[in-house]
Amino acid sequence: MKDAFGLPQSLLVLGGTSEIALATARRLIARRTRTVWLAGRPSPALEEAAGQLRGLGADVHTVAFDALDPASHEAVLGKVFAEGDVDMVLLAFGLLGDQARDEREPEAAVRVAQTNYTGAVSAGLVCARSLQSQGHGSLVVMSSVAGERARRANFIYGSSKAGLDAFAQGLGDALHGTGVHVMVVRPGFVRTRMTAGLPEAPLATTPEAVATAVELGLRRRTETVWVPGTLRVVMAALRHLPRAVFRRLPV
Amino acid sequence: MSADTDSDPDVMGLDHTTVTGWGRTAPTAAWLIRPRSYEEAAAAVRDCGARGGIPRGLGRAYGDAAQNAGGSVLDMTALDRVHAIDADGGTVLCDAGVSLHRLMEVLLPLGWFVPVTPGTRYVTVGGAIGADIHGKNHHVSGSFARHVLALELLTADGEIRTVIPGTPLFDATAGGMGLTGVILTATIRLQPVETSLMSVDTERATDLDDLMARLAATDHRYRYSVAWIDLLARGAATGRAVLTRGDHAPLDALPARLRRDPLAFRTPRLPATPEMLPEGLLSRTTVGLFNELWYRKAPRARTGRLQRISPFFHPLDGVPHWNRVYGRGGFVQYQFVVGYGREDALRRIVRRISERRCPSFLAVLKRFGESDPGWLSFPVPGWTLALDIPAGLPGLGAFLDELDEEVAAAGGRVYLAKDARLRPELLAAMYPRLDDFRDLRARLDPRGVFVSDLARRLSL
Repeated sequence: MKDAFGLPQSLLVLGGTSEIALATARRLIARRTRTVWLAGRPSPALEEAAGQLRGLGADVHTVAFDALDPASHEAVLGKVFAEGDVDMVLLAFGLLGDQARDEREPEAAVRVAQTNYTGAVSAGLVCARSLQSQGHGSLVVMSSVAGERARRANFIYGSSKAGLDAFAQGLGDALHGTGVHVMVVRPGFVRTRMTAGLPEAPLATTPEAVATAVELGLRRRTETVWVPGTLRVVMAALRHLPRAVFRRLPV
Repeated sequence: MSADTDSDPDVMGLDHTTVTGWGRTAPTAAWLIRPRSYEEAAAAVRDCGARGGIPRGLGRAYGDAAQNAGGSVLDMTALDRVHAIDADGGTVLCDAGVSLHRLMEVLLPLGWFVPVTPGTRYVTVGGAIGADIHGKNHHVSGSFARHVLALELLTADGEIRTVIPGTPLFDATAGGMGLTGVILTATIRLQPVETSLMSVDTERATDLDDLMARLAATDHRYRYSVAWIDLLARGAATGRAVLTRGDHAPLDALPARLRRDPLAFRTPRLPATPEMLPEGLLSRTTVGLFNELWYRKAPRARTGRLQRISPFFHPLDGVPHWNRVYGRGGFVQYQFVVGYGREDALRRIVRRISERRCPSFLAVLKRFGESDPGWLSFPVPGWTLALDIPAGLPGLGAFLDELDEEVAAAGGRVYLAKDARLRPELLAAMYPRLDDFRDLRARLDPRGVFVSDLARRLSL
């Protein structure tokens, strides 16, 4: 159960090697989380992540989960929920892709779209149903500012996050009053492996800062979290720029 | 409770609703069932699904004790009949859904008062037993369950058992947070009174040591005793307080005007607190100002002032939904007890709270008497401090965890009826009879029919 501050005792991470997710898990383990399920494609990195969280005192299990195989989601995630209540699901898997290559190779672009959107729709709906029947829990969805308005430089990734973001907002409204809280997290540029080598955008942030914002959002039962918070204002302005201007922005 | 309901045409009035405690934190959804007869209650228990059920009274437990995510919550307030009053012997037999307010309305004109009342009259008899509540008279009279002569308990097997004090089932049920079954009725021994007025002595204490000395020296002279403590006062004034202590006024203490109707029960109420108040209304500044005024307005020493029951025992009941003043984020109440001899721990905790500047305007300190028989009953002989804090205060969770460590190290405990955030690992140290409680539940309720969010969170 979550406590008065929204802190979960059990956590299911979809995308168990995501740096943002692991930073969040570490933060929550330091407070109340005792059981963690790391779901992801089986890999040494996933086991290593589990080992690190175990070192912090949590009971950590890994689960073989593939976002690109929606047919398996029901069975894989069903098993986790059958083991006991999951107080928080952190939907954190995603592919950034390589915009230039993805434009040349539509199949690669589809992989980004299927992972970030279709996979999340499937996993999100499966988890939502389980959360709803347990009558409580938070579904925290890692969206991105890139989804707020598609940019020339990464519109394939951006459009997949736009779809995910809209899906998660709608899901949150659908689950309103069911005891389930859906939180959409929109980080800006986060310094991780995913973005290594990319030119840093203004207002860049860290996985730890995202984790802090998630913890605060849980306490306040916030529906939308921007990291850093100033991005909310920045994006509100950017959204309304005329296309001709937006297109020329060096972002 | 929020109003997110999608109704179902079930005869018993089945609603899917989000439910919170009085602190309005951690809402969860449940099927809310309002049985109107013992048969309907038994049917509701029988029909509990895989996620079980929990009885609920008037929802005054601060935390998640009367919530059951995904399962059933049995709202017992429709079972509210007072069955029999022995006006000579001073006992009452009533349904568990009867509120203490109702009991006072019925009993005061007959010259009887409830044996124990907490800071609100709007609790049910069932809730009073389930949380084994205490009042300002604990040092004299013990907890509520000590005055229960018998109760009827609907257990997980659908049976109705008569439970009497001195049995394991009684001791598990008193303070058992509704987890042994649904209390249907109770027979309660009453307190005789000549009037409905209180004779109250008020005095100020300049700091915590002064307060503790005054309470320790003269508490035994009063049936009711409590101290409001200013936790925002710092430095030399740390722990300054206003003591209010008294007893039921005898008839001859009343002026002629009041003697005409000495047992009248008047409970004026203000308009309800609005639904949507901004967060941060209770800041350090506003609460500090309130505390300063509250302290200054109290007389340095005054004896024998006549006061009605409501302002003496239940000042906040005059403001319906006062819990909304904390805004959407809600609040937590932290109440702990540390034993006599561990005043050092109490001093440290009070100092830490003062230094942290928690905006708390409802903080009370009281001395408990003997322990009560309930296995999970809260009171033990010692000092108990209760305070309200806005849940949104940054870092509050970690701060209260640190206080828990102090409390546990001093052999103390926190009160489950108020808890919404205790670290589960500390529970066994705080409640040494926890294993007995778990064993009895495992035998009595092997399928785990009775379960609450509190029970899940703390593995009760």
